[in-house]
Amino acid sequence: MTEPAISIAHVAKRYRLGQLQDPYGRLTETIWATIVSPFRRSAPRSSASRQLWALSDVSFDVHGGEVVGVIGRNGAGKSTLLKILSRITEPTSGRVVMRGRVASLLEVGTGFHPELSGRENIYLSGAILGMRRAEIRRKFDEIVAFSEVERFLDTPVKRYSSGMQVRLGFSVAAHLEPEILIVDEVLAVGDAAFQRRCLAKMEDVTHEGRTVLFVSHNMASVESLCSRAVLLESGRVVADGGVREVVDQYLHSIESLPVASIADREDRHGSGKLRFIGIQSSMRLGAESEIRLEYAGQSTLRNVEVSLGLSTLRGEGCMYLANQLTGNEFVSIPQVGTMVCHFARGHLLPGVYSMNVYCTVNGELADWVQDAARIEVAEGDMFGTGRIPPAGYGNVVAQHDWMVEEAG
Amino acid sequence: MITRNAALPDAHAHETVLEPRTGWRSLGLGELWGRRELLYFFVWRDLKVRYKQTAFGAAWAVMQPLLLMAVFSVSVGRLPNVAPAGVPYPLFVFVGLVPWTLFASSLIAASNSLVAAEGIITKVYFPRLLLPVAATGSYLIDFLISFAVLGLFLAYYGVSLSWAVLCLPLFVLMAVAAALGVGVWLAAINVRYRDVKYAVPFLVQLWLFSSPIVYSGTLVPNSLQPIYALNPMKGVADGFRWALMGGPSPDALVLVSAAATVVVLGSGLLYFRRVERSFADVI
Repeated sequence: MTEPAISIAHVAKRYRLGQLQDPYGRLTETIWATIVSPFRRSAPRSSASRQLWALSDVSFDVHGGEVVGVIGRNGAGKSTLLKILSRITEPTSGRVVMRGRVASLLEVGTGFHPELSGRENIYLSGAILGMRRAEIRRKFDEIVAFSEVERFLDTPVKRYSSGMQVRLGFSVAAHLEPEILIVDEVLAVGDAAFQRRCLAKMEDVTHEGRTVLFVSHNMASVESLCSRAVLLESGRVVADGGVREVVDQYLHSIESLPVASIADREDRHGSGKLRFIGIQSSMRLGAESEIRLEYAGQSTLRNVEVSLGLSTLRGEGCMYLANQLTGNEFVSIPQVGTMVCHFARGHLLPGVYSMNVYCTVNGELADWVQDAARIEVAEGDMFGTGRIPPAGYGNVVAQHDWMVEEAG
Repeated sequence: MITRNAALPDAHAHETVLEPRTGWRSLGLGELWGRRELLYFFVWRDLKVRYKQTAFGAAWAVMQPLLLMAVFSVSVGRLPNVAPAGVPYPLFVFVGLVPWTLFASSLIAASNSLVAAEGIITKVYFPRLLLPVAATGSYLIDFLISFAVLGLFLAYYGVSLSWAVLCLPLFVLMAVAAALGVGVWLAAINVRYRDVKYAVPFLVQLWLFSSPIVYSGTLVPNSLQPIYALNPMKGVADGFRWALMGGPSPDALVLVSAAATVVVLGSGLLYFRRVERSFADVI
């Protein structure tokens, strides 16, 4: 029996909340604290009540060639674990041994400089990620071909669309050849076609016998890539085993957990020029349905674009709804109001769906909340027959008719 | 954190151990050497970005010491005894300003190097020391450009060089080492306390007037000379004037400057290594 490729033993990580909340410490505070209590090793603010254990007593081994998914809710400690394994931060206690050349991918396009050209950034990002110059030169054509940005190789990356930047960044990273690969949710970006190619590339990598640790919210990609999963909850390992059982346990745990009301959510992105403050839905298969988004703006709202993404709790996308798709332009809308998305007939199968909301005002991101609400779709009779399709054929049904044409 | 590259016929020849470490640690020079290509790319990036979309490009490298020379020549240069008798003040001050610009620019860049690289420090591991070292390295290239202009100056004033010029690289090394030493101290402190950002420009200004750059070091009383020599830039400026213009040859005091440089660089590197494990958490 060979030694495991990654051994994680009793790893714990403590953050001082002061560090998290006030990263811009002031010198005078420390000097003052030292004057007041010169024999104390650290400032008094590091009392136990202001500490956060992001990870506590995490232990598991990963054997060579294994592909392990790490799953868990936001704040469960997945990112902290990745940061420790990637050597970005040190554990507070415990020990990790990694046997083999390690590469970690916590972001797409690490080290890109906006002023430099695509060609220059391939070399820069490759070198930062740990490739040798000769290695980058050897793989250069392959990287360029995969990224599909040949025509813009000598254009500064700042003029690239965000999709092109993501493609180029992923292409560089995909050509690393480590024995151990640590990947964060980098596949959650980019357009759908490119995501599929990234997944295919990841599958190639896993078939080459590399050891991979993969963190994701998308249970479908975890299930397709990994044979084993580790579930983290509040910084501890609560399940470790076959990917299906662990994913099922996770889904069961999140279904029973209520989602905080959208008005109280802190984990949102955007300028706040417009914020969603309430979400209601009445959705029923085959019947008139609607989703209502209450919002409040900071000033007059012009050129508002809103989009909703519905996915299953396993993370598979089901439906994308947007006012720019339908042509219902919101050129100027009241400062406070409700956006209504109306369906003449609901096409989603009964069940619970997770919804992301995304909104721009005048082209600038105003509010973006992932898993903003859980939408429940009620049972209904789409075809007037009382029947619905069997499971395993997606989540959407289409209105359709059947007939027979006589031959000849 | 230790990385071992054991030459064993084992499939896992490369083993990395991650565990909490406290206290002092080695400088990790072997690891730095292993990532020298990344150092090269950082220097190359800094140079490319600095002169991209500028009309004058690399001419800016020489603009700063030239303009300072002009300003000091019409102001300080008119004071009596500010430069040794018989030495044209513009030449005297330019020979000081060229290494000074190297020192000051490198120091400022090194002290900002970590905060400026926050995006990569929190996303990928590499020896963090590469950042301040690369910041200094890119200004070494700028120095070479302004040094070429200095050569034209020397020719214009008809200065003939002696064998002393061979010692010049030692004084360049001293300026770089001092800038890096102070730079790594400030870079590490800057991660936690952004006060550094406000203090550095002020510090650099004070330092200029505490060094014999725009005036002759002989103006300082003899009794204070040993303390004055604790400033590495005193050794550097005196050394440059001796090596290029045949000024007074360095005495034992240059060893004081050299020792101060070694102390500030050594302590800076050790301090940096000691605190670097918390960079990603507090930056």
